[in-house]
Amino acid sequence: MSNAHHSAMGHDEPGEGHASYGSYMIGFFLSLILTAGAFAAVMVHAMSPSTTIAVISVLAIVQVFVHVVYFLHMNTDPETTWNRLAFAFAILVVLIVVFGFLFVMHDTAMHMMSR
Amino acid sequence: MAHQAITPAGSAHDEHEHHETPVVFGFWIYLMTDCVLFGTLFAVFAVMRNQFAGGPTGKELFDLQGVGLETLILLLSSITFGFGALSAQAKKHGLFIFWLAVTFLLGLSFVGMEIREFSHMVAEGNGPDRSAFLSAFFTLVSTHGLHVTCGLIWIAVVALQSFGSQAWTPRFMSKLTCLSLFWHFLDIVWICVFTFVYLMSVI
Repeated sequence: MSNAHHSAMGHDEPGEGHASYGSYMIGFFLSLILTAGAFAAVMVHAMSPSTTIAVISVLAIVQVFVHVVYFLHMNTDPETTWNRLAFAFAILVVLIVVFGFLFVMHDTAMHMMSR
Repeated sequence: MAHQAITPAGSAHDEHEHHETPVVFGFWIYLMTDCVLFGTLFAVFAVMRNQFAGGPTGKELFDLQGVGLETLILLLSSITFGFGALSAQAKKHGLFIFWLAVTFLLGLSFVGMEIREFSHMVAEGNGPDRSAFLSAFFTLVSTHGLHVTCGLIWIAVVALQSFGSQAWTPRFMSKLTCLSLFWHFLDIVWICVFTFVYLMSVI
């Protein structure tokens, strides 16, 4: 059945294509484990604050990729190269904005001796 | 190719193929710009996160159990929507409406919990005007909440359209694909919200 739809649409767009109940369940359970891990890391207080921040950041990044693969169905199909390129560019812009903003504001605060 | 053997009106679908694929790709580009919008709001929050102006900190304000429940609700709504999309591909209308209704109710309870949290904070005098930290917090989290609300309206519209004569046409299916990208994208943004806003403020 998914084949019929798939061929009607022609290409493996993200959001369709190789989806199945199984792949959604795998994505769901992986996300559940990663989310529970992040909440546990914060609520149990077993690690130092800086370690906890590093751990939950890594868990979040992994979970974003789990969602992108299992829910947005991003794959290595040559038909969707432009989708991946747009995604990579968006990530690059976000990283420049976030870290650039933090760097500039930190530098400003240092020069104005407000911290 | 295989699709001409399966679909009776192969040439008609070929026509659609060339029209519909750019629609989904165009929507994908919109999502990427939305991603940059959220990126700027996260950057603002990152800069303002310690500017409490003598007001309450995140540690005093945030209820992690509530946030955990919101996270679970949104995650569940992601797979129920996925099941809905699979039912649509199989043209099972009853199942499609069932999963969309479940997704809608989960989304609605998420928005409801968020509104309750916000009104509780505002009632205690900790609204967006209290400190730069809270301005950044309300801007970021309510932008996500507004997106979820738009998603809810869109889900209702698609569910209603599935009763019409346009149901299951390539045009309808590409609309559904766009909505499914949108809904899953909001869950991805929420991962960053609960990690970088709620959890990090409580550490």
